[in-house]
Amino acid sequence: MIAKRFSLFNVVSTVVLLFVVIVTLYPFLHMLAVSLSEDVYVMKNAVTIWPKGLDFGMYELVLGDPKMWTAFRNTVVYTLLGTAIALIVTSMGAYALSRKDMAFQKTFTMLIVFTMFFGGGMIPTFLVVRSLGFVDTIWGMVLPGAVSTWNLILMRTFFAGIPKELEESGRIDGLNDIGIFFRIIVPLSKASFATIALFYAVGLWNNFMFPLLYLRTPDLFPLQVLLRNLVLAGSASSGDVTRIGGDNQIVEESLKYATIMVSSLPILIVYPFIQKYFVKGAMIGAVKG
Amino acid sequence: MAQTSAAPNLIDDVEIAVPEQRRPGRMRRMWRHNKYLWLLFLPCLIYYLVFRYAPMFGLVITFKDYNLFKGVWASEWVGFKYYRMFFENPDFFLLMKNTFLLGVYNLAFGFPAPIILALLLNEVRKAAFKRFVQTVSYLPHFISNVIVASMVIMFLSPTGGLINELIQAFGFKPINFMNEPGMFRWIYVISEIWQHIGWETIIYLAALTAVDPQLYEAASIDGASRMRKLWHVTLPGISFAIVITLILNIGSVLEIGFEKVFLMQNPAIYETADIISTYVYRVGMEQGNFSYGAAIDLFMGIISLIFIYTANFISRRVSETSLW
Repeated sequence: MIAKRFSLFNVVSTVVLLFVVIVTLYPFLHMLAVSLSEDVYVMKNAVTIWPKGLDFGMYELVLGDPKMWTAFRNTVVYTLLGTAIALIVTSMGAYALSRKDMAFQKTFTMLIVFTMFFGGGMIPTFLVVRSLGFVDTIWGMVLPGAVSTWNLILMRTFFAGIPKELEESGRIDGLNDIGIFFRIIVPLSKASFATIALFYAVGLWNNFMFPLLYLRTPDLFPLQVLLRNLVLAGSASSGDVTRIGGDNQIVEESLKYATIMVSSLPILIVYPFIQKYFVKGAMIGAVKG
Repeated sequence: MAQTSAAPNLIDDVEIAVPEQRRPGRMRRMWRHNKYLWLLFLPCLIYYLVFRYAPMFGLVITFKDYNLFKGVWASEWVGFKYYRMFFENPDFFLLMKNTFLLGVYNLAFGFPAPIILALLLNEVRKAAFKRFVQTVSYLPHFISNVIVASMVIMFLSPTGGLINELIQAFGFKPINFMNEPGMFRWIYVISEIWQHIGWETIIYLAALTAVDPQLYEAASIDGASRMRKLWHVTLPGISFAIVITLILNIGSVLEIGFEKVFLMQNPAIYETADIISTYVYRVGMEQGNFSYGAAIDLFMGIISLIFIYTANFISRRVSETSLW
């Protein structure tokens, strides 16, 4: 037993797995530590994963920026409304598709699966969104992505696994198909609704392409666009940086890290608790998809 | 109560059983049977027609001189002008090469990585450690591309970037990674692996749970070592999942996510970092050359379609595994 435990295989695999863990976590811990440290230590590159000379100055700067709050609010609104719309459209569609007795069920399925392999592309889609008048509105954020074909198929698989007898019992009680869906299917599929809702919510929260293509007014920008403008385009409000003083380059670094931490914090905080729902969804896709 | 409401349903059934007066009755019966299901499906259908199929018909602009003010129908026909323009563009081969190579790098390194991780996880005996590694490794999958690109660029920065600090600590000169055309593909692929390796193990871990434990017992009795069991029992056990994922990945080799490349590139490294989708964005959306951009996109879409079809065809012939 003991000989087995110290086999070369075990040692190597444990080392590799620990390496994966460190490589994944280190960047976040480092950013958190730098953004919380006093700039003297940041300039000396003395900060690794533990903040030195705790200083919330950067967070006061980031959270004191009204643009940040506007972007945060926009992201929350797009995510909530988008998830709600996506969930309703997807689940109803998926249920109808899961019913083999629906006329044209095969045709509809083919129509949908085809879009996984071919599409109009960025520009014709933009022109459609534009002609609908959705450019620079909240609808441009929540409607063009209302159904993800992958999620639709995932939900159809969930629904197809529900025993037909339950539908029959509903029919005997005088429910029509809509009634069956809302009174019987939905209450039975809470876990799958949660999973799909999370997939949509993360997608909407992280979406950068839609606002890049469809939004023009800075007041409508979500967090991801603001983040890109602050961190990547380098237009960090340098006036504020010099106010703090010190070496601009380095202080800007901790300011950027603080911005990144603030905008990824919601996901980092809820992630450990909702992780199992994601995995459940991915598993269904893996087994059946 | 239940009985009275069941009554109309019974009459329905009787009606279906009677084959008389077929012509008007069949349509009515179909309508009656399907109307609520169709109503449930309607929003989804509208979505697909408006946001997926209308753009496909919008591709007609690739044969026109599309002008925002004239609209699709009033713009003049120009035939294959924009396709010729693309083929004659000196950047044509560079863009094709960049797109293709980035996809191939991603496939060559991004495809085996999660399989190896899954096999290692599968060998872990301590459930708590396994769960911990899994939970941690899934995390980056949920981080936005903007954040990942920001992290990459900041960590690789020649002034104060984490990686360059390390390089300097060993006494070397800092490297301006994001301005080195030769580095881009590696940086991109490594960041992709970092982001998705954990998440992509899920499909293999699911397949691994289905491997019959008796096979391991039998192999042990035959005196197989752990490596031999891995090679002769575990790998064949998940070969179906591996093949399916491989087909999907080969088929989508040219469909590189727009967001991350767009966020990570800069003009200094366009010679390796500029791919079709980012070029389409610049030409079409930034310079307003809609017809040209859409033509390039369509050309690529068709090549991509050929790719996935071929991958599937070959796989069906060779391994009797296919997507359809």
